[in-house]
Amino acid sequence: MADEKLKLAPDTPTSGPTLQLEGIRKSYGTGTAHETEVLHGIDLTLARGEFAALIGPSGSGKSTLLNLIGLLDKPSAGKLFLTGQEAENLPDKALTRLRGDAVGFVFQFHNLLPAFTAVENVMLPLLAKRGKPDAEMRQRAEGLIDKVGLTPWGHHLANDLSGGQQQRVAIARALVMQPALVLADEPTGNLDTKSADTIFDLMREVSQTSGTTFLIVTHDPRLAQRCDRIIELVDGQIDSDKAKVARA
Amino acid sequence: MSPLLPFEWVLATRFLREGLLQTLFIISGVALGVSVIVFMSALLTGLQGSIFKTLLDYQAQIVISPPDEAPRTLRRAEGTEFAAQVQPRAQRPRSIDQWQKVRDVTLSIPGVLVVAPVVDGAAFILRGDANTGVSMRGIEPENYLRLIALKEKMISGKAELDSTDIVIGSKLATDLGVSTGDKLTLQAASGVSTVLFVSGIFDFGNQGQNTGSVYVALRTAQSLLGLPGSVTSLQLKVAAPFDAETLALQIEAQPGIKVESWIKTNAEFFKALSGQTMSFFVIRLFVGLTAALGIASVLVVSVVQKSKEIGILRATGTTRGQILGVFLLQGAILGLLGSVFGSIMGWLFLIAWRGFAVNDEGVPFFILEAGPGLYLTVAAGATLVGTLSALFPAQRAARLDPAVAIRG
Repeated sequence: MADEKLKLAPDTPTSGPTLQLEGIRKSYGTGTAHETEVLHGIDLTLARGEFAALIGPSGSGKSTLLNLIGLLDKPSAGKLFLTGQEAENLPDKALTRLRGDAVGFVFQFHNLLPAFTAVENVMLPLLAKRGKPDAEMRQRAEGLIDKVGLTPWGHHLANDLSGGQQQRVAIARALVMQPALVLADEPTGNLDTKSADTIFDLMREVSQTSGTTFLIVTHDPRLAQRCDRIIELVDGQIDSDKAKVARA
Repeated sequence: MSPLLPFEWVLATRFLREGLLQTLFIISGVALGVSVIVFMSALLTGLQGSIFKTLLDYQAQIVISPPDEAPRTLRRAEGTEFAAQVQPRAQRPRSIDQWQKVRDVTLSIPGVLVVAPVVDGAAFILRGDANTGVSMRGIEPENYLRLIALKEKMISGKAELDSTDIVIGSKLATDLGVSTGDKLTLQAASGVSTVLFVSGIFDFGNQGQNTGSVYVALRTAQSLLGLPGSVTSLQLKVAAPFDAETLALQIEAQPGIKVESWIKTNAEFFKALSGQTMSFFVIRLFVGLTAALGIASVLVVSVVQKSKEIGILRATGTTRGQILGVFLLQGAILGLLGSVFGSIMGWLFLIAWRGFAVNDEGVPFFILEAGPGLYLTVAAGATLVGTLSALFPAQRAARLDPAVAIRG
């Protein structure tokens, strides 16, 4: 029911959904004898401020779908709209810019650049866009580091931080461009339960205060249950898509 | 993170610092190569400079002489044929026609510094039982000594020539057993002879010249050879020795003379010199290539090591062009730093060389030239080579598929 309500017309880009997928297919080894289709026509819409979990067994195509949504990969067929803009046929530079502006990433491993401090890691996406460091950039990064509760560690090298701290820096970095959508691939996968809860609560809070849409890939059913919506992918198709009534 | 550095610089310097050991190794490698190039370049310029100096010290850069005499043959009438063997006629000492006029015209050509009239001819030196053939040159010391560094080569006496004086080489003096102030007889092939006083003895550091060359006053040579008032050649010093050939052509516009520049008469020498320059160039080329391959291989490894970081950067909005820039910049920085350290090393080599490459009197064999121009050229070249060798790794980095890089 909720899904129906969320399906908005694609011709209203500014007020439209954060993400809209129409019949997305992805094959590997196209043109060879080993051609395999991983995603078999995905239709999915994520509204502004949604906090959704993407679950499914290994090999179901979760990571592939996430890469497509994050514009790190191109679909074999279908249409993808990110903040109302169609990604197909965009040249690489425009695609990179759209990705940088509209999507924030939190990965499970290797999130940060080890040679940079926590604050610098958060600054990097802004620096890449603006070309030169400035004071405002640093302030914004320090503000986000503060928001994720890492002020005392802001000037430590990323390598010197614990796994949980690194994930918090990654979240701060994902938010620095004020993206419409944050994609998190097993963000708590290698953390203990307590750290995992902290990270999850942090994302939840950001989503509520800033209206950022979150799509979180997780294996942890406990965390998935705490999301507003659970999308289950099985064998490259959406098996179930359940929305809960949003909590206040 | 300095507020002055742009994105690419921030990343390039940080990446280089992160792999400090690799960075130091490759900078040392580049520095070694650069020091070799600096040293060899200085050696080449110094060596060739000293060869030129030696060469130019002992010979005129342009010589004006009378044209060769050609045998006259019977005039050939239309439609007739001869069977004749034409032998070239023997050349004899001859004067340049109206040499004073030729001298004045030549002196008025810009770029000509000195025109010295000389009379050359063969003669015998007689002293007691000794009878030695020498090649005699009659000169006017006031202009000839501005042309040839005879004065600096005197080991006894003076390079002054009155009409009764003769200056001879050190070996000849030993052979004849004469020293400054002694008398000897100089006899021309025609039998005319005169008694002269040895006013000076020179040492050109060349056995042939020390044995076989003597200098007398122009007038003395003229009367011995029976060429009163005449000169057999005009010897020139010019402002730009390497442009002597063009100047020679200009001078040759005057009628009745033959003009040869030192570039033409030393053609073999110049060929040898350009061979030397070429082999030095090849050595430098290979040293440069080695440095370039070193930089490229270090950066290729770095791209592989940093592929995840590159993936993250690409995922967070860094464009391919920026990644390309980061790695090109690393190559440029490695080249530049290598050339700075290499220049310092090369400079130290040169100082060390000056310390030990000296003859018995402590005078260097030759001066090694290394001006600021050389260092600047080497620095610019190394930076360019560094950037070019980073091209392939940088392209690989820029083409990395971020999805694959992050997962891997």
